[in-house]
Amino acid sequence: MTAHGVVLFHGIQAALRAEKVLQKAMLTVKLVPTPRQFSSDCGVALRFAWSDLDPVRDRLATAKVEIDVIHPLE
Amino acid sequence: MIYLDNAATSWPKPAVVAQAIGQFLETSAANPGRSGHRLSLAAARVVYNLREALAEFFGLEDPLRLVFTSGVTESVNLALRGLLRPGDHVVTSPIEHNAVMRPLRALEREGVRLTIVPGTANGCLRLGDLELSLRPETRLVVLNHASNVSGTILPVAEVGAITRRQGKLLLVDAAQTAGVLPIDMKAMNVDLLAFSGHKGLLGPTGTGGLAIGERVDVRDMAPLKRGGTGSRSEFEEQPDFLPDKYEAGTPNSVGLAGLAASLDFLRQRGTEALRRHEMTLTGQLLEGLRAISGVRVFGPCDPARQVAVVSFTLTGRHVSDIALQLDEEHGVLCRPGLHCAPAAHRTLGSFPEGTVRFSPGAFTTAKEVEAALAAVARLARAPT
Repeated sequence: MTAHGVVLFHGIQAALRAEKVLQKAMLTVKLVPTPRQFSSDCGVALRFAWSDLDPVRDRLATAKVEIDVIHPLE
Repeated sequence: MIYLDNAATSWPKPAVVAQAIGQFLETSAANPGRSGHRLSLAAARVVYNLREALAEFFGLEDPLRLVFTSGVTESVNLALRGLLRPGDHVVTSPIEHNAVMRPLRALEREGVRLTIVPGTANGCLRLGDLELSLRPETRLVVLNHASNVSGTILPVAEVGAITRRQGKLLLVDAAQTAGVLPIDMKAMNVDLLAFSGHKGLLGPTGTGGLAIGERVDVRDMAPLKRGGTGSRSEFEEQPDFLPDKYEAGTPNSVGLAGLAASLDFLRQRGTEALRRHEMTLTGQLLEGLRAISGVRVFGPCDPARQVAVVSFTLTGRHVSDIALQLDEEHGVLCRPGLHCAPAAHRTLGSFPEGTVRFSPGAFTTAKEVEAALAAVARLARAPT
């Protein structure tokens, strides 16, 4: 079972904005170097508990934080 | 020493600015947004948190649309160079600083058409004149929020209502007003706000930014510079998302750490209280100067209609001599001349001689203003 997922962003300032939005919503997240298998535009990605996928998506959409893609972490 | 040159840069800075800069240098001054390690992230968070705080301060919804620059000059150049193309028409006020006039004159040589709205004697403009100057091909109106020569406050919200209604963009040069007068981009219909960090916001030099409202299509606004952003490193084209599109190169994170501290200080002290303080000092200056025989004061001469900038001349004296004597004999520091704003001096009737400018600030006291006035009175009495 997948324990974590990562949100990828175009740039780090969007990643930092997402981190604040999700922390404010009491979701546990952590900025990590973007896993190499996903590559990315941006050097950092936001790791979250996969069970929080829906609230993570919703909160970011509500706050209009532009994201690149969301991946499950194997 | 009495420092009355806050319109050039505010001084002293709140003590927390130097502390924050020192602490940032010692604890977290890695390159923000480049490497992803904890120090890099700490630095990037300082930059992001300030971005968010300033966006809120200026009424801008999306903090990523606030980009940092070296100051108003770069911000204005970015907006003008980025948006205007040959054949476009641009309208500006009669009291602009050279930060606006020089890029506009250069663009004019490249085929951009420029209209300068006529001014009134105290440095203001008539809304009807501005509205009449708009054409179908007008892309942008550029407005100085307040003159750095006479302090005259221009009616930004009223102009914003016009530009909004007519479908034009409004760029505001807030060099003299950011941190001093309330600015709500949304309520005032300001599309682009160029601000400085080192004047009314009380931060260090080398800081500032451009806040870009939702009505500006950034696909149509070219960057001024291109280079590394820490993002999209596999591509050799500049990224098209914000803020990276306009923030090539390592940012002045040390300066921004200082600006974050001064913004906190400002919000704690309350910008309204500071504005009242500056209005009181401006009133004291205006009254004192006008009581001195031979002094001519320029501008609205009304603290409610100007920022804390007062320009004057003394009959029979060169402004440079007055400033030198004030400095050497009385320890009063001010700025004489044309203040990088020949257009404003022409409007006010003080070109080419210029004026002596007194600009008190957040830390100026009534006693200091009194001493400066006494010094001018002594100069006025001395034989020429």
